[in-house]
Amino acid sequence: MSSLLEPELIEVMEHSNRDSDKFSGPLTAEEKEEIDREASHYENKSSVGLEALRIVQKHRRWISDDTIQAISNYLDIPVAELESVATYFQLIFRQPVGKEVIYLCKSASCWVMGCDRLQKHITETLAIEPGQTSADGIFTLLETPCLGDCDKAPVLMLGEEMHRNLDESAIDDLIDKKKKYHADKSPD
Amino acid sequence: MLTNPLTKNVTDQNVAADLGRYLENGGYRGWRKAHTMAPDKIIEQVKDGGLRGRGGAGFNTGLKWSFVPRGEGSPEQKFIVCNADEMEPGTFKDRLLMERDPHLLLEGMAIAAYAIGASIGYIFIRGEYHLAAERLENAIAEAREQGFLGSNIFDSKFSLEIFVHRSAGNYICGEETALLNALEGRRAIPRAKPPFPQVSGLWGKPTVVNNVETFCNIPHLIELGVDWYRGLGRGEDAGSKVFGVSGKVNNPGTWELPMGTPIREIIEKHAGGMQDGLELRGFLPGGGSTDFLGPEHLDLPMDYDVIGKAGSRMGTGTIIVLDNQTCPVGLVLNLSQFFARESCGWCTPCRDGLPWVVKILQRIEDGEGLPEDLDLLREQCQRIGPGKTFCALAPGAAEPLQSALKLFEQDFIDHIENHCCPYE
Ligand SMILES: Cc1cc2nc3c(=O)[nH]c(=O)nc-3n(C[C@H](O)[C@H](O)[C@H](O)COP(=O)(O)O)c2cc1C
Ligand code: SF4
Ligand code: FES
Repeated sequence: MSSLLEPELIEVMEHSNRDSDKFSGPLTAEEKEEIDREASHYENKSSVGLEALRIVQKHRRWISDDTIQAISNYLDIPVAELESVATYFQLIFRQPVGKEVIYLCKSASCWVMGCDRLQKHITETLAIEPGQTSADGIFTLLETPCLGDCDKAPVLMLGEEMHRNLDESAIDDLIDKKKKYHADKSPD
Repeated sequence: MLTNPLTKNVTDQNVAADLGRYLENGGYRGWRKAHTMAPDKIIEQVKDGGLRGRGGAGFNTGLKWSFVPRGEGSPEQKFIVCNADEMEPGTFKDRLLMERDPHLLLEGMAIAAYAIGASIGYIFIRGEYHLAAERLENAIAEAREQGFLGSNIFDSKFSLEIFVHRSAGNYICGEETALLNALEGRRAIPRAKPPFPQVSGLWGKPTVVNNVETFCNIPHLIELGVDWYRGLGRGEDAGSKVFGVSGKVNNPGTWELPMGTPIREIIEKHAGGMQDGLELRGFLPGGGSTDFLGPEHLDLPMDYDVIGKAGSRMGTGTIIVLDNQTCPVGLVLNLSQFFARESCGWCTPCRDGLPWVVKILQRIEDGEGLPEDLDLLREQCQRIGPGKTFCALAPGAAEPLQSALKLFEQDFIDHIENHCCPYE
């Protein structure tokens, strides 16, 4: 996926993600513990690279260069190898994303049921194209292959939550709800 | 007589059958029985039952298991792997099975592991299936606690641990050798075959990879036997299947029905027929990588060989319906975009050919197509067809395209001659 983020925005987000030290640099005890638990399922540590990236991303939202280095140090997997995995898998983000990632299904059944219309609506409402993050840093819009809910098309996944049988007004409700949630949550 | 072994624990509520309910409903009886059988006998029963892989290719499952080297001199460590990467456009059956009845999958995997002598199993699940992964992990914990998994199962020497591996996107991970690479922590690039995974799979050890729904067929096939299982099917093929319909029908959804159920019955009776004012133009019988069939094929039974003879594939058995107000060129463009994006990039015909296909289809859809574009597309179908690429992704991409060029040729011509999409 090509980067459509403005360089300044990346910098802002990198900064905000570094706010408290836990977002960069060495792995936290919690992250290590989760990785260790997964690693125990495999013969050798190198197999757990992708799982480690996924686990750490869950805590940090995206995988920065520092984070790759930290995982590399911890698992003793070369950075280049981790990088080759990180850049291969669609759900590992090597650049900052918003607080809420919208995965809009663009596959066949959802296309027949009007996902292009929904995408246009999201793009107009949030002023972002697929691959971009809204100016307030809350939403990132991504296109995703079939989410396996085709009988309830069109669908999207917001974070880890499925939303089905969508139309424009359902999308508006969803966006409003999330905006309100983040406004209430962060005083900044 | 039990006719819905795959979904008997599925209710209207979106909850997983917990171990208590699973056991009440006869759960783990197949595993108990299998455990008293000789592994060879299990494999034979699965083979004789005629169960064919539900991941798309339809290979006889027992036969697949029988290729695993056994006995003296064979590697001690073997693996059983569940392919839960479900990502083919229009496919939504494995999600249902895992979310609603996770123990059925575990029981099927346990029997398979015992049959081939594997002590470790992995469920390779796509990263987007959070709920299914969670429910499977809960079910594994329950099953271990009650001694259906873990060490010395049923006080025997047999031990089995099953782990959930959450992946992170990419359709190609569903190709079984790419899946093995991903499980090993590498980029998900397919491997050359032979050697087949049954001989040299995960970390070079004998490995059987089966689809979620395939495993879910095993417990009852073992418990109730070959005659019962074969009797479930209405036509040539044995067993039942989770069929699905998506698109502009009145009642899209999934239903467990006998193999060999006529397509018309699935679309008209179960899916409630086309929405008001719409007609069926065609359909993809088994997901996005199968050839389009037309209304003249509606009375065919959903059997592997019948659908094959009609020029398509049963695939995953989830039907995508195309109506007469949706542009077939647009749909094929959408499918091609999917395959182009999901190409792993390893071999040239796929990596370069699919984006080219997308480019041509896009200009046709935009009204800028050239008369020679149709021949160009047909030529591309040859170049990415079976035998020309490293794995089956690109040939899969060719299927909807080549069939659309035949079935909906006039639509392509209209786009080109009228310089616009007639459906807009
Ligand atoms: C590109 C590609 C994607 C695939 N995706 C899946 C998948 O998501 N799930 C699956 O079970 N099989 C998938 N398959 C088929 C597998 O390679 C393999 O045939 C299957 O897991 C075998 O299981 P079965 O014999 O139980 O059907 C895919 C094949 C290809 C070429
Ligand atoms: S056909 Fe496509 S997906 Fe398969 S190996 Fe070649 S490039 Fe990769
Ligand atoms: S096509 Fe959108 S969920 Fe399957």
